[in-house]
Amino acid sequence: MNAFFSELFHFFSQNLYKIGDQLLVHIGITFISLFLSIFVALPLGVFLSKFPKLAPPILSFASILQTIPSIALLGLMIPILGIGLKPAVFVLFLYALLPILRNTYTGISQVDGSVKEAALAMGMTPFQVLWKVELPLAIPIIFAGIRIATVINVGVATLAAYIGAGGLGEFIFGGISLNNPYMMLGGAIPAALLAIFLDYLLSKAEFLNLSKSKNWFWGLILLAGLSGLYEVPRIGSGKILAGLTPEFYGRKDGYLGLKSIYQLKLNYVIISDAIMYKAIRDGDLDLISGYSTDGRIRAYHLMTLVDNRHIFPPYQAAPLISTQWIRHYPILKEIIQSLSGKINDSIMTELNFEVDFKKKDPNEVALEFLKRNHLFKKPLEEGSEKFIIGSKIFPEQYILSAIYASLIRGNTHLKVITKTGLGGTQVCFNALVHHEIDMYPEYTGTGLLVILKPSEKVLGQLNSDPQKVFQYVQDEFSNKFQLNWLQPIGFNNSYCLVMRKGEIDKENIHSIEDLARFIKSSALK
Amino acid sequence: MIEARNLSKTIGKKKVVHDLSFKAGLGKTTVLLGTSGSGKTTTLKMLNQLILPDEGEVFIDSIPNSSIPPHQLRRTIGYVLQETGLFPHLTVEENIGTVPKLLSWKADYIRKKTLELLEQLGLKEERFLKSYPYQLSGGQKQRVGIARALISSPPILLMDEPFGALDPINRNSIRQDLKNLPQFKKTCIVMVTHDIQEAYELGDQIILLDQGEVQQIGTKSDLIERPNNDFVRNFLKSQSLYLRFYIKPLSLYFHQFLEKKPEDTWVIGSLPDSESLEKALNLFSSDRKDEVLAIKSTNLETRFTSFKHLIQLFGENGL
Repeated sequence: MNAFFSELFHFFSQNLYKIGDQLLVHIGITFISLFLSIFVALPLGVFLSKFPKLAPPILSFASILQTIPSIALLGLMIPILGIGLKPAVFVLFLYALLPILRNTYTGISQVDGSVKEAALAMGMTPFQVLWKVELPLAIPIIFAGIRIATVINVGVATLAAYIGAGGLGEFIFGGISLNNPYMMLGGAIPAALLAIFLDYLLSKAEFLNLSKSKNWFWGLILLAGLSGLYEVPRIGSGKILAGLTPEFYGRKDGYLGLKSIYQLKLNYVIISDAIMYKAIRDGDLDLISGYSTDGRIRAYHLMTLVDNRHIFPPYQAAPLISTQWIRHYPILKEIIQSLSGKINDSIMTELNFEVDFKKKDPNEVALEFLKRNHLFKKPLEEGSEKFIIGSKIFPEQYILSAIYASLIRGNTHLKVITKTGLGGTQVCFNALVHHEIDMYPEYTGTGLLVILKPSEKVLGQLNSDPQKVFQYVQDEFSNKFQLNWLQPIGFNNSYCLVMRKGEIDKENIHSIEDLARFIKSSALK
Repeated sequence: MIEARNLSKTIGKKKVVHDLSFKAGLGKTTVLLGTSGSGKTTTLKMLNQLILPDEGEVFIDSIPNSSIPPHQLRRTIGYVLQETGLFPHLTVEENIGTVPKLLSWKADYIRKKTLELLEQLGLKEERFLKSYPYQLSGGQKQRVGIARALISSPPILLMDEPFGALDPINRNSIRQDLKNLPQFKKTCIVMVTHDIQEAYELGDQIILLDQGEVQQIGTKSDLIERPNNDFVRNFLKSQSLYLRFYIKPLSLYFHQFLEKKPEDTWVIGSLPDSESLEKALNLFSSDRKDEVLAIKSTNLETRFTSFKHLIQLFGENGL
């Protein structure tokens, strides 16, 4: 337990500036959207209280918006608003709308009829009744709505990191994908504290005398100021905006390596890998951390930068299978290895392109590939013995597992079952160790860095040499887990930095070194 | 002076007020009397345009109400509600200062008038100024409500069941305080009540309504001695004996009172002979013969009478 806290403390002390920046951005996003929500919901709530017949349809509409899962709403906004601040703010704005709208409407409607009548009878104009009587009396309820909206927004704003808007979600998602609890808490603890703190602050603000217009004025100034915090961490950053996946951001063979080996300092946002290709195509980003065989690199006219100092280790794809099966069914090894050398980088990119971009069924793509290469055989009659093939949750893995399934069905009587979409490395690996699946396609680099996590010294010896890395993982997996790496398929799906072709040509950036030089020189200007 | 001409109002399908006309004069109290649903509150609210009449028109000093913007009209008309309608978020002082502020009075003057009025209404301690409505008792709230309605000395005061929610002791003491206010005699008051005794206690003119129609408009004695129809007769029936005490002024019997205070008696108070028999009878704590009351006539002659004597005189002179 002590070790846990000291690790956590270490993470916080190492990343204090970064957490501070994320916190500022988080507060900024929260309050920009809150500001907009108040701006719209308050007058609308007042309007509804004056025309109560309109209230039920409009309030129901706002409630329906609230029920859409936030991550889905964020996704829906990307085609319209792109990535970054705009869609994040818009989604948070929609979420904050309902509590403020409903509470404003309720707050004003519940003002005692006799009090309103008295105000009119004293000779107040309808506007004076609203301003001097109804609003002040509704303030506690309106404020409760703003409080709820604020706390909701602090929570939902963590998702903004998925679409490149930054905030404390960067560490939360990074922590999840790297299976690093300290990083996760590095985002989650400040987010929770922020929500508690703002809730407390607003509970005090309810007692401020808001019947005075002067105080409203200061409140708005404060809101605008808090919204402006979003810009603070961006001041003085360069021209090239990078989008990094949470995993890449936290890995030694990712951004950490780029910083130490290439001295590359990027102006970046954290973004989900599902949307980053589209974002770079649309010009929302200028640089992303991609995967070298992704079909969209070709489809979107992107290019990878040369890693001339070899910080991205080789990620040779190879089938990973339990040793038991090899002993029990030796012919299986040959059948599976018949694919070796048949798929190189460009063929894999081509196959991925069919699925990613042309939206073809991975099974269909697999079948066409086998037929083209004369590997296809009609399935033999199925026996009772089961063989289960797993895959991670991206197209390349779907295609590979479909190819293997077809190969095995054509050459054995095994009853082949595919379990696709098993999440990340940890899920697939554990399933294999516990015999819930019998094989899945894995990458040597992942096996090395995610599962084995060898010391710096060992890594130095391996020196990113594909042959040495393969040998190392094969030996270690066999000894430690009774798992076998079969011969590599022939392509290498490693991390890479991706830019638009147009810019690569224009600025003459071909390698990561070129990029580091370009960023340094443009920062000096 | 207020004049209502041919007011009619239909709400939904119900004719709430039908063709109602009356006049209410300065320094007089007009009571709109009736059961619930008789249209009395609707009538009252048509006077300051909280409800607009479908037909007819209200004139104040011969100027039609519809020619004045409603909020300006209402600043010259005091209004007291049963539920008080005090603003819960404002202090007593701010509540009372509402209309003067709308009229842009100076702060010093508002405070001076507020203190003066609160003292007359029996809330003279300064702590009341900074109190909020929820800190006050029901009677205190209603006094503040009256002060808020009267601070700008409006020529007209409208009251909607002002004492309805109060206990009898509070009700009585506020009524007395209200009657004793200097402004009371200079203001044209229109009051709504369903309480016949209250109507007789405070009213100079009574308008008895039923189902939106006027049954009778007249003085206290008109209604009891010359009822227009059976409705009026039945409405007053249960309390008719007691109500007659209100319409008999002491001056009626003055010449029969004793010129000298009898021996072994003590004087419990004195009244002008313009007061009613009801007032005099209520001053006695019992029918003991040693209690006498001093009565002063308009030419300042003083005579004496006892409870038994008053009842006797009432009986001899007939209803």
